[in-house]
Amino acid sequence: MRLDRLVGNDVAGRVDRLELPFDALGVDRYGISKRYLADAMRLAWPFYKYYFRVSAHGLDHVPARGRGMLVGNHSGGVAIDAAMVLSAVFFEMDPPRLAQGMAEKFINRVPFMSTWASRLGQLTGLPETAEQLLKDERLLMVFPEGVRGTAKLYRERWSLVDFGTGFVRLALKTRTPIVPFGFIGGGDALPTIVNLYRVGQAFGAPYLPVTAYLVPWPRPVPLEVHFGAPLLFSGTGNEDDEVVQSYVDQVKAAIAGLVERGRAHRHESRKGLSR
Amino acid sequence: MTVLIPGIAGAIARQVARRLAESGHQVVGLDVRPWPDAPKGIEAHTVDLRKRAAEELFRRFRPEAVVHMATVSGLARAGEERYRINLGGTRAVFEHARRYGVKHVVFVGRHTYYGAGPDTPLYHTEDEPPQALASYPELGDLVAADLYAATALWRAPEMTTSILRLVYTLGPSGSGTLAGFLRGRAVPLVLGFDPLFHFVHEDDAAKAIVTTVEKRPRGVFNICGPQPVPLSLIARHAGRPVLPLPEALLGLLLGRAGLPRLSRGALAHVKYPIVVDGTAFRAATGFSHDFDEVATLRGFAEHFPRNAD
Repeated sequence: MRLDRLVGNDVAGRVDRLELPFDALGVDRYGISKRYLADAMRLAWPFYKYYFRVSAHGLDHVPARGRGMLVGNHSGGVAIDAAMVLSAVFFEMDPPRLAQGMAEKFINRVPFMSTWASRLGQLTGLPETAEQLLKDERLLMVFPEGVRGTAKLYRERWSLVDFGTGFVRLALKTRTPIVPFGFIGGGDALPTIVNLYRVGQAFGAPYLPVTAYLVPWPRPVPLEVHFGAPLLFSGTGNEDDEVVQSYVDQVKAAIAGLVERGRAHRHESRKGLSR
Repeated sequence: MTVLIPGIAGAIARQVARRLAESGHQVVGLDVRPWPDAPKGIEAHTVDLRKRAAEELFRRFRPEAVVHMATVSGLARAGEERYRINLGGTRAVFEHARRYGVKHVVFVGRHTYYGAGPDTPLYHTEDEPPQALASYPELGDLVAADLYAATALWRAPEMTTSILRLVYTLGPSGSGTLAGFLRGRAVPLVLGFDPLFHFVHEDDAAKAIVTTVEKRPRGVFNICGPQPVPLSLIARHAGRPVLPLPEALLGLLLGRAGLPRLSRGALAHVKYPIVVDGTAFRAATGFSHDFDEVATLRGFAEHFPRNAD
């Protein structure tokens, strides 16, 4: 397709190779649309490749097919992290995979965002929906820090806030491997000084991030994502809170380790650049 | 066996009646709307379900099975009258059924029972409660009728009760909520929203109801056919122009300028999906649909070309 030659990536071909059960109209049973996917990924590719120069490490840890849960830290206030993780498994895996994020509830209330999120498979984060997707052998993308995670300020960018525990119960119940990842650089791309909660809520969003240069537009900072070895816990999902919490802590530690590794790697490559 | 069908004059009910008659059952129906050219072997009585004459039909024919299809949606009738039809009629069906020894009652309800909202999940299962009723009170009497019918599962253990929650139907009759919505001058969309709509071909809907009569599954079942499709795609493949309007404007224009009539509460059903999980019914009865989403839409487009309406 001419558009893809312009973009410099065979996006339409990649969408075709996604192993999702699209019907003759080009939509799957969750409303994911091939047309919307191709449009969105054509837009994402220049950002992934040239603007943020994303480097993805450890992609071999992401299951090539079948259910899986990508679980990582939030980094950067406007979901750049989610978009770039989605891009990494779409552009760098073969066959490509679609990471399906569990979207914040407000997104479905906002015109256009509602349509785009659903056509791209980024469904409202509900336990019932997540379970359905995993039973359908999809690849889920989970940020257990939730909105508190995207709301991290610049000075807090290397920290992890409290994790929810629902994702581990779900992984136990559905026997889903958890692939931890650390996302590096979002906090530098979007250095949030303060979040305006009242203003954001007036627009239907949880908050509006304000950067050092005011607008919430990310700077072209190189981003990195590091995937780690899958963690598979055995159980039923009905374990006591302490047991589940201990698994959550293991996932959190794995992610913290990957973030550390990423920071070191970033530090090294920057030193290399300055020499 | 003898099957009694309250609401027999409706499009799907007529098909159910024909299919049952064809497979050798005696079919008796009642409806306030007449069905003058009912085929041979089908007795259609012009009777109000809530009147004594309806009870007389139960007494005279002693049906073994009753398929209750005499409920109306929020669009067809207003307020009190709709409440009386849906609740009063359903109550009459179950009371007469128990009194006259009916073995199996099928309540044909709607999947809109589950309600639509920004944070309701996709693929509702039968054990979920109705949601978002506050924003669409016109749905209240259908939800109540559904829940009331389901109480027969424990109140009348001597009888088998099947509660069906049927998705929108689409087919050559051109009747039904979704068909009515598609048949206006343009299909109105709430700007920026494009929910999945779950629909089934009329023939498959009738087939599912007949299957229920034959297999007598006990309990509550969602009935659906092929996978759901975004509303804008439905309109496109049904050959209908879409008209996306901001919600506030659309609310003012509904029922005017050739746009379909819709209550304000129903706008939630144009913004958010109601999609159901039909696994339980298929497992209980072996039902499968014959028309996929493409064939259903193509058929509708052929029956109702854009310029004909």
